[in-house]
Amino acid sequence: MIELENVAYSYGGGELLSDISLKLSPGSFHFLTGPSGAGKTTFLKLCYGALLPTAGHVRLFNRDVRLMTRDDVALSRRRVGVVHQDCQFLDHLPLADNVALPLTVSGRSKLDEAADLRELLSWVGLKNRADALPPQLSGGERQRAALARAVIMSPDVVLADEPTGNIDWEMSQRLLQLLVELNKMGKTIMVATHDMNLIRAAKTQVQARVLRIANRRLHLAGADL
Amino acid sequence: MTISVSQIVEFIVGDAQADRAVPPSGYTANLTTFSAAAMAFLAVFALALSLAAGRLADRWSDELARSSTLRISAPADQKETQTATALRVLETTPGVASARALTDAEQRALLEPWFGPDLPVDTLPIPQLIEIIEESVGYDAAGLRLRLTAEVPGAVLDDHTRWRRPLVKAASRLRVLGWLSLGLIGTAMAAMITLAAQAALSANAQVIAVLRQVGARDSYIARAFVRRFTLRGLTGAAVGTVAAMVAILLLPSAQGEGGFLTGLGFQGLHWFWPLLIPLLAAVVAFVATRTAAGRKLRELP
Repeated sequence: MIELENVAYSYGGGELLSDISLKLSPGSFHFLTGPSGAGKTTFLKLCYGALLPTAGHVRLFNRDVRLMTRDDVALSRRRVGVVHQDCQFLDHLPLADNVALPLTVSGRSKLDEAADLRELLSWVGLKNRADALPPQLSGGERQRAALARAVIMSPDVVLADEPTGNIDWEMSQRLLQLLVELNKMGKTIMVATHDMNLIRAAKTQVQARVLRIANRRLHLAGADL
Repeated sequence: MTISVSQIVEFIVGDAQADRAVPPSGYTANLTTFSAAAMAFLAVFALALSLAAGRLADRWSDELARSSTLRISAPADQKETQTATALRVLETTPGVASARALTDAEQRALLEPWFGPDLPVDTLPIPQLIEIIEESVGYDAAGLRLRLTAEVPGAVLDDHTRWRRPLVKAASRLRVLGWLSLGLIGTAMAAMITLAAQAALSANAQVIAVLRQVGARDSYIARAFVRRFTLRGLTGAAVGTVAAMVAILLLPSAQGEGGFLTGLGFQGLHWFWPLLIPLLAAVVAFVATRTAAGRKLRELP
């Protein structure tokens, strides 16, 4: 699905990531940890084609991202749901329209998918907030809405960047539960987080690999948890 | 690349859901529409100027080229004889369709703007004028002059060339200037819409980022902006065109003595020409916004 081979990424003259290789197999669950500034967000961006590696190869669904056009990358985003750290929304549109945005841009009518949309909002506990505008949502609601938007196209892979960064523990647990449910549906999940308690809680529910970025390289870090 | 009617209709009707993705841009939208209206208004006047100048050039080059004047300045007792001789010469000149001596009343009318209506033409030593109408092939002016010199010593032939040429040239230049103005107006409109579109794209950088995050192709994002600016260009230009056409309709009507200015306007089928301006404005807006959007979207990360 997503494969990184000897990937390096440099920025501003310095190398941020070096010699990284990883293969995300279908149905797997990965956590990505590391100190702030280690390059977790950059790593995720490399995974979904938002950044191009300065060395090595990134393959998205068996296609080298370097050889993909902008349109190809856009189309691949429909197979890779991304939950961003800052959860950007279109502030002038109600929550339901924001969640349905991937359907809109792919040319599918929101009306045709209305039942699925309602079900999805129920699943993330936002059924009653469908008409609220994004600035009216709490941090937890925004994170759940971002997750709903990321999965509305039923992607093969869900990448989440610090999804619990701005929410309390109870809400983090709820969000984790949703990610675990998605994984049980066969989705490949990768969550970048520095929250070790979240990882420990997850490992009681799902078989997850824990990866750690340190000194520009990717390490398997499951043993110390 | 061919564009079908259904594609154009689809573009105009648009996708309501997709349109909502880009927030309304407030007063800049109104400025774009106003600019398009102002440009279309000016374009209609430039078109009217160009068409009127064209008509004038055609008329001068066509009508005046086929008429000449023969002036007979002779003593009063010889004037009648020389006039008759001149008419006889003209009748036998190849290329002359007709020739006639102007009556006293006609000559008085010609002098009236300078000397008033009560000029006693018959008591003044005014030359006799003969109007010559040429056939389409024209006549040999040099040969005719030689014959007249021999047979009518007081005759001076004026084939209007001397003063017709600069007038036709001026009218033709005016026509070119009109078309040039139209081109400049179109270019200025394209520049304004490009700037407005770029500003709108820059202001919506975050919206574009979100749309890309959820899998929107650049063509989809560009279409939302292109459609919006094209419709603004079309609407504004339509309003400006109608306003200008009404203004031209209200201009004083063309009269014989009114000169060029009162003839500024459209005649007959020319009234349909301004209707092309909104369509051209829409095309200009479409191309300008599409180019600006393509460039801006390539720049944005």
